[in-house]
Amino acid sequence: MVTVSRSTRLSIANEIDLVRARQEVRVQAQALGFSLVDQTRITTAVSELIRNMMKYAGGGTMDLEAVRNGVRAGLRIICVDKGPGIPDIGLAMKEGYSTSNGLGYGLPGTKRLVDEFDIWSEVGKGTRVTISKWR
Amino acid sequence: MEKIPIIKVGDTLLVSIQTDLQDQVAMAMQSDLLSKIETTSARGVIIDISVVDIVDSFLGRVLSDTASMARIMNAVVVVVGIQPSVAITLVELGLELKQIPTALNVERGLLLLREKLGGSDGRADAAGSEALGGDEEIARNGHG
Repeated sequence: MVTVSRSTRLSIANEIDLVRARQEVRVQAQALGFSLVDQTRITTAVSELIRNMMKYAGGGTMDLEAVRNGVRAGLRIICVDKGPGIPDIGLAMKEGYSTSNGLGYGLPGTKRLVDEFDIWSEVGKGTRVTISKWR
Repeated sequence: MEKIPIIKVGDTLLVSIQTDLQDQVAMAMQSDLLSKIETTSARGVIIDISVVDIVDSFLGRVLSDTASMARIMNAVVVVVGIQPSVAITLVELGLELKQIPTALNVERGLLLLREKLGGSDGRADAAGSEALGGDEEIARNGHG
């Protein structure tokens, strides 16, 4: 069972919040003893998720949780927005698909950087993405 | 808003990114750099990101757009100093920055520029092997 030992909520509205969120994630990942590469992976994943949140929903909230599953410590990040939602999650998770800028490495790329990736979305209600990285 | 300094060294511009960049600062760097290419007629640009500990899709795109824009203005951009953890993350993310010339550090970047720009001393063909020549070669070329 996963238990949460510490939780921080940041509200995300602009790019200053984005920089602050990245720094907060980096600090917590460091404190939990993640390797430099894993710190970079988590921080980059968060940066991508928050960019999506800002682009499609104008912002939202990010919960940063220090979690534990038995002897394993980890970091869980939950990004929630009240934006338009994703009509077809399967399509959004498909490699090479992106609705903006045609970059095409959005969500699948972010998923590759973490151990667990969960997405919930409902049109007209919003989107919630939960990622976890275990040490 | 902070501003990233652009230093002119000979016919090369050197940009050293020192912070976790806000998007606006990255965009300002891009336009400042293009203006500087215009005013100085610089042919080569080194962007040093050795202290940047995260490059996400936005910054990746800014770097690659900057290189394309500079190329249209007849200047070559080399991005140097990418940290191993950043390189790993970029490739996993799916952002390989294939269109940007990169080098390990500023010295190697300068050699690569020399190679790409052909050099004014007609020794362009030798540039590839000079890359293995170490500091002595760099010092010598620096005075050329």
